[in-house]
Amino acid sequence: MNKPRLVVIGNGMVGQRFLEEMVERGHPYEITVFCEEPVPAYDRVQLSSWFSGATADDLALTSMAWFREQGIKLVIGEEATCIDRERREVTGSRGTVVAYDELVLATGSYPFVPPIPGSEREACLVYRTLEDLGAIQAAAQTSRVGAVVGGGLLGLEAAKALQDLGLETHVVEFAPQLMGVQLDGPGGALLRRKIEELGVQVHTGKATQHIEDGADCRHRMVFADGELETDLVLFSAGIRPRDALARDCGLLLGERGGVVIDDRCRTSDPAIYAIGEVALWQQRIFGLVAPGYDMARQLAAGLCGDADAAFRGADMSTKLKLLGVEVGSIGDAHGRTPGSHSCSLEDSVAGVYKKLVISEDGSRLLGAVLVGDTGDYGSLLQYCLNGIDLPPAPLSLILPAGEGKPALGVDALPDSAQICSCNNVSKGDLCAAVSGGCTTIGALKAETRASATCGGCSTLVKQVMDAELKRQGVEVTNHLCAHFPYSRQELYHLVRVNELRSFDALLQAHGSGLGCEICKPAVASILASCWNDYVLDPRHVGLQDTNDNFLANLQKDGSYSVVPRVPGGEITPEKLCVLGEVAQRYDLYTKITGGQRIDLFGARVEQLPAIWRELVDAGFESGHAYGKALRTVKSCVGSTWCRYGVQDSVGMAIFLEERYRGIRSPHKLKMAVSGCTRECAEAQGKDVGVIATEKGWNLYVCGNGGMRPRHAELFASDLDDATLVRTIDRFLMFYIATADRLQRTSVWRDNLEGGLAYLQAVILEDSLGIAAELESQMQALVDSYVCEWKRTIEDPEALKRFRPFVNDERGDEQIVYVRERGQKRPARPEEKAEVTAHEPQRVLEETL
Amino acid sequence: MNSPAARVVSAEPAWRGVCRLSDLVPGSGVAARLGSDQVALFHTPEGVFAIGNFDPCSGANVLSRGIVGDLDGRLVVASPVYKQHFCLRTGECLEDPGVRVPTWPVQVAGEDVLLADQPQSAAALER
Ligand code: SRM
Ligand SMILES: Cc1cc2nc3c(=O)[nH]c(=O)nc-3n(C[C@H](O)[C@H](O)[C@H](O)COP(=O)(O)OP(=O)(O)OC[C@H]3O[C@@H](n4cnc5c(N)ncnc54)[C@H](O)[C@@H]3O)c2cc1C
Ligand code: SF4
Ligand code: FES
Repeated sequence: MNKPRLVVIGNGMVGQRFLEEMVERGHPYEITVFCEEPVPAYDRVQLSSWFSGATADDLALTSMAWFREQGIKLVIGEEATCIDRERREVTGSRGTVVAYDELVLATGSYPFVPPIPGSEREACLVYRTLEDLGAIQAAAQTSRVGAVVGGGLLGLEAAKALQDLGLETHVVEFAPQLMGVQLDGPGGALLRRKIEELGVQVHTGKATQHIEDGADCRHRMVFADGELETDLVLFSAGIRPRDALARDCGLLLGERGGVVIDDRCRTSDPAIYAIGEVALWQQRIFGLVAPGYDMARQLAAGLCGDADAAFRGADMSTKLKLLGVEVGSIGDAHGRTPGSHSCSLEDSVAGVYKKLVISEDGSRLLGAVLVGDTGDYGSLLQYCLNGIDLPPAPLSLILPAGEGKPALGVDALPDSAQICSCNNVSKGDLCAAVSGGCTTIGALKAETRASATCGGCSTLVKQVMDAELKRQGVEVTNHLCAHFPYSRQELYHLVRVNELRSFDALLQAHGSGLGCEICKPAVASILASCWNDYVLDPRHVGLQDTNDNFLANLQKDGSYSVVPRVPGGEITPEKLCVLGEVAQRYDLYTKITGGQRIDLFGARVEQLPAIWRELVDAGFESGHAYGKALRTVKSCVGSTWCRYGVQDSVGMAIFLEERYRGIRSPHKLKMAVSGCTRECAEAQGKDVGVIATEKGWNLYVCGNGGMRPRHAELFASDLDDATLVRTIDRFLMFYIATADRLQRTSVWRDNLEGGLAYLQAVILEDSLGIAAELESQMQALVDSYVCEWKRTIEDPEALKRFRPFVNDERGDEQIVYVRERGQKRPARPEEKAEVTAHEPQRVLEETL
Repeated sequence: MNSPAARVVSAEPAWRGVCRLSDLVPGSGVAARLGSDQVALFHTPEGVFAIGNFDPCSGANVLSRGIVGDLDGRLVVASPVYKQHFCLRTGECLEDPGVRVPTWPVQVAGEDVLLADQPQSAAALER
């Protein structure tokens, strides 16, 4: 029997989702896909994350293997160039001809480049595909300044990309405000202010007339009133449907482009369908992925025999983080519904603007604008989409938490309420999946796809899951792992109150089984936070991650790195020379770290004690780069040398680093001290940040770099030295006592009920009456500090454990190095094979 | 090196002494050489176990430096590099059933720890 032939043109986000929906439904077709790009579908929505470290692999939505497994033919790297509707054939740019019974257009759109003279100059680029990313990065390497044309959603994404590439970034917008589609005037103005604070320069009301040679930069953009010099221009002035193929074969198009479709995604030719950004439904193009996914779902259902499947439009609400600024837009954001009124709240100090658009009779929410804080997005969207009755004073919905704000319990939502709009998952779907055994977010996500795309719904998904579990009588636990029915915080208290000193004692009294790699290091850390015993004490050895176990950081090849403490980043030339000599003697790869100290890589286990003996003799101490403990206190040079410094930041940094060194905490801790508001030590990116003022020190807390950067918040101002240290003591001890395992202060703070105000009450006003105890606990830790390496090299029992093998002193011959840029580096597998092939097999037998 | 266990080798030809029990740290692992193989030895409350030291997931000789524990009722070590779990009894990787590391039968004779000079065959383990 011959299967009907289905051809899909375009393997973008929507085309791929369509294929997946077809596969899920067990479709009856022989499918062929034309994919113009050199790789199959990837996540365009997350494209910008490439500039902050994601790889093409991370972005991939599918693989060649998937196509093979599903028996779908993928014509990769070939553009479909002609549709012959009579013969029902599609021809590709390389000559491939495929016949179809039914055809799906999923060709998406292309970036619109305004017809400005000069727009074709070099380094004038667009931002849509993986290949564009490469071009942007290459051009950025020879650029200092970059300008994005267009201040909409995509333009601001593009600006973020340019910033990530280190360019001085400008946004040039034709309209008088940013994000005119989604935001109203005040919202746009606040967004502009916040983005400018982040260093992006915004130019609104500017129409570019032409681009010519610049004096200082590659280009000069000339406006009706003024000009701007830039090295790179990124056009992000809107998108246009890729409808040329459809136009050529005579399909009905909209006046301004787009292939006209009906509710079943059918074009004017009943054998041809269109979905995604190329499709025009009721005069509308949907420039977001969720409506495209819905078209894909409905079309697949229809082709697989569901007569009721129909696309019925989509909600265009969006929640985003643009350049770190939270922005949300729901429904009728501009209040265009006749008779509607609005109420808003603006806090220009906190940088928050929220507006509600309410129906004439005041009972329903029609739309909303949120800038600076989108915490209310999830519940507002539910009010809007499900027509839930508004409370008598709707403004209360957008007040800061804890001020008589009515909670929209997830219980109030109907089962039909859409929780995840990207993947059309309702509350009912989630509850069904939970009943079906999905009791973790991971499982729920895998089963329903909820929160798997933009992630905007994740809080709500978790709430629905927890509520449903609770309803079913399942206890929602925060247990550390299967071996302890307690949270980290509870275990900390058990250890402290019962004065337990070992893992075995705690396990016997409060746990079961043997333990695992989750609870063992966590308990080791708790024991250390409470009693500060030697970490290589035989009772604790088996608990430690390999890093703590060898007091060094494990590298990919099984060797270790050595990081001596350099308090505040200050180091004498003599000590610098010692580091150089040791590195030379042991042939260690040497690198300055991002934490103002020096890392020596490529030491074998058995070399560590000898290396450290030399370092300790020269006055170095362990830098605890391996522990969940204080890493570095970064400092700027401060008043001692800098003409602007108002306090001795280096002195304070050294004092703090020496005070808190070695203390084990739930996760690593980083600090910094800057000598004035110019903030060269980047203190506002640290767990504890200190910035000098004329009168003393400002203290910032709970900042983070890394995967989810978070600015630290101002905690207290103009503190004298003693108050500063006392406050940090209390803060750290309170964190150690209450945080979850591997929770940085930033995440801890975000989960702390009552937020910063609560933390300030506990730490600054002693609202719980525990301040004195926290201080004395900290003092005990400070007083019991010993350098772990100094202690280890004097302890023959501990040193035994650094033998490479219990029965042989020769090191691991499979750690192999090659040289690059004058230093060694681990050999790659193919290089390793090469090196070892020439070395005769060692005879080890006799020595045993 | 002068191995303290070398004495017992002749007692039982199929068994090779590798170290003394006191060379092992309870609840933790050490590496040992056995011919040209590298073995990871673990001293657990359920006895002494020996598996290959080579971690197939990272390509480094490091399994002896992992944390031992139990996971779903199985005695395991977690690789210190990317944290996959290997069963100490069968060598199976719990995350990736296709992957397994070799295991060696272990005998503790008084103070001496002895290993069979051949790894256990997978077939023997199935039984
Ligand atoms: C060496 C260094 C990179 C460098 O060559 O500069 C480094 C290297 C490692 N970092 Fe880092 N980080 C280094 C500075 C940083 C910084 C910059 C800073 O401290 O100013 C950050 C961002 C700031 C921050 O943490 O807030 C940073 C954010 C991370 C993260 C992400 C943490 C987060 O909260 O998102 C990890 C992963 C983790 O800890 O879970 C990480 C983990 C690691 C590990 C431990 C990964 C691992 O497990 O092997 C690396 C091993 C270090 C080694 O073998 O010595 N490293 N890492 C830097 C050492 C600084 C030092 O002197 O101690
Ligand atoms: C930087 C960026 C950020 C974004 N952020 C968001 C966001 O936060 N939220 C959101 O909802 N949306 C976002 N979008 C929009 C979202 O990516 C699109 O809505 C979505 O990709 C549309 O899917 P599509 O399949 O219709 O088109 P596309 O993903 O563009 O796929 C179309 C594919 O068809 C191929 N093609 C075209 N013509 C042919 C031909 N003749 N032959 C063969 N192949 C052809 C193209 O090469 C392309 O691979 C973003 C877009 C970009 C560029
Ligand atoms: S040093 Fe830090 S950023 Fe670099 S690879 Fe390691 S963890 Fe990643
Ligand atoms: S709403 Fe985007 S993933 Fe759920």
